[in-house]
Amino acid sequence: MGRTLAEKVWDDHVVRRAEGEPDLLFIDLHLLHEVTSPQAFDGLRKAGRAVRRLDLTIATEDHNTPTLDIDKPIADPVSRVQLETLRKNCADFGVRLHSLGDVEQGVVHVVGPQLGLTQPGTTVVCGDSHTSTHGAFGALAFGIGTSQVEHVLATQTLPMARPRTMAITVDGELPDGVTAKDLILAVITKIGTGGGQGYILEYRGSAIEKLSMEARMTICNMSIEAGARAGMIAPDETTFAYLKGRAHAPEGQEWDEAVAYWKTLRSDDDATFDAEVVIDAADLAPFVTWGTNPGQGAPLSSRVPDPASFEDPSARYAAEKALEYMGLRAGQALRDIKVDTVFVGSCTNGRIEDLRAAAGIVKGRKVADGVRMLVVPGSARVGLQAVEEGLDTVFKEAGAEWRHAGCSMCLGMNPDQLAPGERSASTSNRNFEGRQGKGGRTHLVSPQVAAATAVTGTLASPADLTDVPAGV
Amino acid sequence: MEAFTTHTGRAVPLRRSNVDTDQIIPAHWLKKVTRDGFEDGLFEAWRKDPEFVLNKPERAGATVLVAGPDFGTGSSREHAVWALQNYGFKAVISSRFADIFRGNSLKNGLLTVLLDQEVVDALWELTESDPTAEITVDLQDREVRAAGVTAPFELDENSRWRLLNGLDDISITLREEEAIAAYESGRPAFKPRTLPV
Ligand code: SF4
Repeated sequence: MGRTLAEKVWDDHVVRRAEGEPDLLFIDLHLLHEVTSPQAFDGLRKAGRAVRRLDLTIATEDHNTPTLDIDKPIADPVSRVQLETLRKNCADFGVRLHSLGDVEQGVVHVVGPQLGLTQPGTTVVCGDSHTSTHGAFGALAFGIGTSQVEHVLATQTLPMARPRTMAITVDGELPDGVTAKDLILAVITKIGTGGGQGYILEYRGSAIEKLSMEARMTICNMSIEAGARAGMIAPDETTFAYLKGRAHAPEGQEWDEAVAYWKTLRSDDDATFDAEVVIDAADLAPFVTWGTNPGQGAPLSSRVPDPASFEDPSARYAAEKALEYMGLRAGQALRDIKVDTVFVGSCTNGRIEDLRAAAGIVKGRKVADGVRMLVVPGSARVGLQAVEEGLDTVFKEAGAEWRHAGCSMCLGMNPDQLAPGERSASTSNRNFEGRQGKGGRTHLVSPQVAAATAVTGTLASPADLTDVPAGV
Repeated sequence: MEAFTTHTGRAVPLRRSNVDTDQIIPAHWLKKVTRDGFEDGLFEAWRKDPEFVLNKPERAGATVLVAGPDFGTGSSREHAVWALQNYGFKAVISSRFADIFRGNSLKNGLLTVLLDQEVVDALWELTESDPTAEITVDLQDREVRAAGVTAPFELDENSRWRLLNGLDDISITLREEEAIAAYESGRPAFKPRTLPV
C-alpha cells in the first residue's frame, strides 16, 4: 500500500520500533532559543551529560530580544537573565549560537530555513510550537517541551507515537490580492482550532504548488493554530530552487543525491489519509479574525458575526466572550473597525516577501494619523536584505517604525506591547487575550491587509486604497 | 537520576489536605532558569509563619514528608518536585496524589508513596509526638516501616524498576545506544549539519 509524505519521512527516521511502544525517532535538526532551553541544559549538567550531536544543534535569541537600542544592556532583568543563561549554556556545552547583533540572529523559524538547514525529508524539533513552519520543505517538524529538549540534547532521538494524517487539498487559482495568510486563516476557521488535533496536515493541490517557499512557510506555521502536531508540503522544484546555494545546502554530488532523495518525498497516489479537507482556492478572499482565537475569522468584506448564529453552544459562548473582550458589536462591518497599531513581523509573516508586499502598499502613502505601524524583520538577515532594497526607507517615509529582528509584538515578551484596550492588525499567528500585551485586542491579517490598514486606519485590503500614491 | 532502593529518615508531618503546586512553589519562582535553588520557595507563604512545621528546629534535616490527601493538585509545574527535592525530601507519603504531580515526581526520582489514610494518621501521631522517630521507605520490599507501623504500598512495576535502577527517560533511551549509533552510521552524507565537520 502507498504511503503518505509524513509516513515516508517518519519511517526513514525510526531508530527502534517495538510493539506497543512509541517509535524512537532520530532527530536531524534541533533548534534552540532562550525560553525553553535553560532547564534542559541544567538537567544535562546535573546528570553529567553532554550534547550528543553538536553538529545537529543550533541556537538563536529571539523571544526576549529588544527591537530598539540593541547595543544597550537589556532593561528587563528576567529577559536579560534568560538571554545570558542561553549564552552561558551554549558556551559551556559548545552549541553554535547566534546572539543579538549577529547577522544570523532572528526568530528561530526564520533562521533555520534561511541558512538552508531546514531540508526536505528531515526531522526538525524545537521547544516552540511554531516549529511546524519547517514542514513547508517536506520536513517533519514538531514543537516539543523542555524535558523533550533535554532528551534530544542528550540522545538526538525522541520517543514518539505516530500521529494520523490529514490531507488539505486546495485546488484552483487564488484570486488577486489573496495570500497564503488568508488561505490558512480560512482553513483554521473551516476546521476549527481543534480540527487538526492528533494529525499531521499535508497541504496539497494546484494552489499550494503555485506558492513560493515563503508563502508555504506561512501556511505550515499556522498548522498549530488548527491544533495539528505538524504541517507539511511535498518538496518540488520551488523547494530545490530556494535551497540551492544556501549556506548549509548540500553541494556538488551530494546535492544531486539529495535532490534524487527529495524527489521521492511525495504521498503515493494510492496512499490513504485518515481525513481529508477540500478547499476551492477561487472561493477565498482577504481574511481577518474578529475574535480571540485564530478560528474566529471571516472575510474582510463581511460583518462581525452574531454569536446567536452559532449552533454549537460552546462556539456561541466563545463568540460572546470574544466580542466582549474585543469591544465589538455583532453586525458591525469588519472594514469599520479602527485600529491603533499595525504589526508586521513574526515567524508567520516576517520574511522578505512579506516586507516587500507591505512596503509595496505603503510606498508613497502615509500611515494614518493616530496609528502606529511597527515593522520587525523576522531575522537580522531579512532586515539587511530589506535595507539593501530600500524597504526600510519606504516604511520610514510612510511614518512606520523600522525595528530590529525578533519575536517582538507577536507575544510581547520584550517591550513591544499593546496597552490595555489597544487594538492591532497583526501579521502574527495568535490573537489570544493579552497575547500582545495585557488587555490588547488583536486582529490577525496578511501583510497586505496590515499595510492597507495602516494607511486607512481601519481594517482594509489593498483594493480599498483608491488614492494614487505620491511619486508613482 | 539517583537510584532509590530504601531510605530511612526523620519526617515532617504536614496535616493539610489539597496542597496544590502553587502552595508548594509559588508562580513567581517559575522565572528561574535552573532546576535547583528552589528550596527557599518551598511552601514559601506558609514558612513566613514561625509556627509552621517546616520552621521548627527539630524538623531540620527531615527527608520524608507525610502529607494530607490530594497532595500536588493544580498546575502541572515540575518545579514543585524540584523544590521538594532541593529542600532535601526523598519521599512523600499521602493517601492521594494528583496524577500529574505523581507522574512528575516518579520521573524525577522523588518517591511518592500511596498509603491508606489510617496509616498516614498513625505516622502523623508517631512523628508529632516524637520528632526523632524515623520512617523507612523500602522500595525493594514495597513497604513503609516505623515504630509500630508496617504497611505495604503499591507501585507499578515499570516505575519501580526505573526508580530502583535510577533510570530517567534519557537513561532508558541511552540503553538503545547501539541502535542509535547504527542509525547514525547509516545517515546519508547530504543531511544538514550546523557545524563544519
Ligand atoms: S514570532 Fe511569535 S510565534 Fe514565532 S516563535 Fe516568536 S513568539 Fe513564537
